[in-house]
Amino acid sequence: MTTQDLWTVVTTAGEVKAGMHRGCLLDKTIASLFFEPSTRTRLSFESAVVKSGGSVFGFADPGSSSQKKGESFADSIRTVTGYCDAMVIRHPVEGAARLASEVASVPVINAGDGANQHPTQTFLDLFTIYEEFGRLENLKIGIMGDLKYGRTVHSLTHAMSLFDAEMVFISPPSLKMPSNILSDLREKGVSFRTADTPEDASDMNLDVLYVTRIQKERFGDPLEYKNVAHGYRITRDTISALGEQVRIMHPLPRVDEIAEEVDSTPNAIYFTQAHNGVPTRQALLGLVTGGIN
Amino acid sequence: MERAYKVYAINNGTVIDHIPTPLALKVVEILGLGNEGIFTIGVGFQSKRLPGGKDILKIENRILLESETDTIALIAPDATINIIKDGRVSEKRIISIPQSIFGVMQCPNPNCATNKLGAHRHFELEDKNTMTYRCQYCERVTEIIPENLTAPE
Repeated sequence: MTTQDLWTVVTTAGEVKAGMHRGCLLDKTIASLFFEPSTRTRLSFESAVVKSGGSVFGFADPGSSSQKKGESFADSIRTVTGYCDAMVIRHPVEGAARLASEVASVPVINAGDGANQHPTQTFLDLFTIYEEFGRLENLKIGIMGDLKYGRTVHSLTHAMSLFDAEMVFISPPSLKMPSNILSDLREKGVSFRTADTPEDASDMNLDVLYVTRIQKERFGDPLEYKNVAHGYRITRDTISALGEQVRIMHPLPRVDEIAEEVDSTPNAIYFTQAHNGVPTRQALLGLVTGGIN
Repeated sequence: MERAYKVYAINNGTVIDHIPTPLALKVVEILGLGNEGIFTIGVGFQSKRLPGGKDILKIENRILLESETDTIALIAPDATINIIKDGRVSEKRIISIPQSIFGVMQCPNPNCATNKLGAHRHFELEDKNTMTYRCQYCERVTEIIPENLTAPE
């Protein structure tokens, strides 16, 4: 995708949220094929279809698909392509959505393919940032948590690098941003640094701190996990250290990494971010089906 | 003169020289020559250019396509290719690593659609200097690993 494509999605999402493009999926049927469980992504896609006047069918559990009977993935897609105007696919295998797009005759939206990409999450993240700041360019972004394995933070880092962001990557040593991503940033001339704790970035006057979950299963020793995770918990004190201008984002679900006391502060925008999944996905579906020109 | 008879000359076909020992059989594999025509392999010749020794592969009555000879560059970038017609060298072909690789390289990611869902293997060159390629399905970047090169799909 080009920077212009990103802009088109972000600005269209804003138009949808402002009440434009009503009924952009009228007479459209969308297949929602979730080969692995999902809550927010699936429900927000289905909500997006219904709110835009379309109809949606599909499955939320691979056990109910005919792959259980031995049908190949490609054949399942070749069949469903005749039933719908576009399809949304989440699959645990990396590259599944690309394969689907090659055999389908309708547009395919990737709703997550294993550890590879989750592009609609990045679109809604960008839309939320744009809505909050009125721009995407020249922002100071902190990205914190599991930076090694998190597909969301990799995609967001790539996207923000297109908009001259200044970035800081905050993580435990064992979960640092992969070196190939840092090399890409250096080649592009993107300004970034790494830090061990959020407080280490207090001199930056961050616009956004994007928090992700540190998963317990990444640590062999439960005690080590507990010690590490404790240092990556956002509280009101963390916000005081970072400055009142900072906005806290999170792709959800959270576990312990943001204290509930933060929810009621004007800094917390993670539920707005989750809600923005709906207009963002309305915009995407409208654009790919031709309901929005 | 003795050296000339270790792998006998061919009248028509393709001669691949300077394959690092012991990769000649791997070249046979990625070219898909296993059940096709006559080929002769010489393994472990001394070479000034390749201190570990070189292998030679002579394929009779088949002129390899450029797309095939470029595939050889993935494991033998210094290989030399001579096309033989009527007992003479009709073409000395320069090889270079391909921009695209279809079929012959298995993605090292076990959770890739090419390994799990039957997608056809496809890599694009990511960086010529590091000889890295990006899988067009799972998007993982990988170096060339001879063990991951197989017969064409």
